[in-house]
Amino acid sequence: MSCARNTRIFDLGASTLRELNSTLQQEGAEGAWEIHNPAGRHSLAVGLTQPVSVTIDGHAGYYAAGMNQRANVVVNGNAGQGVAENMMSGSVHVKGNAGSSAGATAHGGLLVIDGDAGARCGISMKGVDIVVRGSVGHMSAFMAQSGNLVVCGDAGEALGDSLYETNIFVRGAVKSLGADCEEKEMTPEDIQNLTKLLSKGGVIDIKADEFRRYGSARKLYHFRVDNASAY
Amino acid sequence: MCGIVGLFIKNPALQPELGRLTSLMLKTMTERGPDSAGFAVYGSPASGQRKMTVRGISADNIGDFEAGFLKAAGGSANVVKHQDHVVLTYASDLEPAIRAFVNGFGHGVHFAASGESIELYKGVGLPEEVAARFDLEKMQGTHAIGHTRMATESAVTIAGAHPFSTGPDQCLVHNGSLSNHNTLRRRLINEGLTFETENDSEVAAGYLSWRLSQGDKLDQALESSLKELDGFYTFVVGTREGFAVLRDPVACKPAVMAETDDYVAFASEYRAFADLPGIENARVFEPEPQRVYHWEHAA
Repeated sequence: MSCARNTRIFDLGASTLRELNSTLQQEGAEGAWEIHNPAGRHSLAVGLTQPVSVTIDGHAGYYAAGMNQRANVVVNGNAGQGVAENMMSGSVHVKGNAGSSAGATAHGGLLVIDGDAGARCGISMKGVDIVVRGSVGHMSAFMAQSGNLVVCGDAGEALGDSLYETNIFVRGAVKSLGADCEEKEMTPEDIQNLTKLLSKGGVIDIKADEFRRYGSARKLYHFRVDNASAY
Repeated sequence: MCGIVGLFIKNPALQPELGRLTSLMLKTMTERGPDSAGFAVYGSPASGQRKMTVRGISADNIGDFEAGFLKAAGGSANVVKHQDHVVLTYASDLEPAIRAFVNGFGHGVHFAASGESIELYKGVGLPEEVAARFDLEKMQGTHAIGHTRMATESAVTIAGAHPFSTGPDQCLVHNGSLSNHNTLRRRLINEGLTFETENDSEVAAGYLSWRLSQGDKLDQALESSLKELDGFYTFVVGTREGFAVLRDPVACKPAVMAETDDYVAFASEYRAFADLPGIENARVFEPEPQRVYHWEHAA
């Protein structure tokens, strides 16, 4: 791939993963980086706190760009499970497919997946915006607490199971809704919000009014013995 | 934990590379299973011939074993030694006699697998050492399945290592744990099956063998195992022509697949694919839960 001037290259064929992460985490790491030969290693570009731009040129293993703050990470390939888990801010863009638990427990920032995401996408998400161009697997947004999950394709079984809050927008078919998740009205405000999210996710060919919105029925917030079978 | 790998070759030009690629994949899965490793390799079957892999061979018993086998098998039989494993070749109609001889031999000798094309090796130690011990790199064939074990529920022994083979040319590797294996084992014993270990994965292998012996196709047998097996599992299963993958409904054990025009590959983690040819342009995806993925060579 071509690289912009001033882009620094880090070759994982020649240096270790630990060297990569400590280099990117250091103050003064600001600027653009390209990671060569990722070979599906786990924990690539994790724990970043500097405003760096990192392009992983190839497939990534588990937990890529985990615990991200302020950095913008692009995966030029597929990512394994737990991509962008616990992200606080910044952005992560996966150009291929993502494994299970993408964006798990993430508090903020933007996660964009151009392909499909596996099971439990956005599990326990706490404020992140996730835009998936393809479909998501079963139990996505399980126990999600805050933020937005946008799915341009289909959603697997038990979408939004035991949901607290979080807006879920799905354009395609939903195989089934989980406990305490229900379809909500799409208000003009929701359309506006979704239009912004689609634009942030680089989705320009799909209109917000093609989606349905799902959210919490708010019946399982507190334990009630009458609901025991639903938990 | 545990790691699983599988490679099903579609383009015959790649068959000489099967052992080398499988060996690289196994080595990468060391961190998931450093205790022991095993693999099954499917080569080209020779007509009218059967193969049997036997383990537990040593300098002390090889002489008696070989003499006994040749006596039981007669003229066209052959013995190829790979460390503590041997591969016996003999006329197909002698299968029951050879099986009886191996089972009755004692002295630490155990049946590992038999069929027209399967060879099955396993051992204690790092996956890289186990693969090197049996010269996996040089093996050729149509498909292979491997396992690296991190023992959690039972001792580190060869018997506890995967793959498990409970039927002709069949084998299974498993990542996970089954909760109803004792009940199912009793049922299968009533159906006439025998088990070598207390291992849950052997029961899954036995269940599939039983379904196949009842006339199921591999994909049908896997569909019915979804109803009968309770627990966590990712299975990769091999038969003479086929290769299949199944994950339980929750799919909590990792799995990733890659497909090109030349091969289908399975692994617990993408890392294991990094050295496969053309992986940059492969279709890489996470197999869905409770869906049977299944490939077969033309018989």
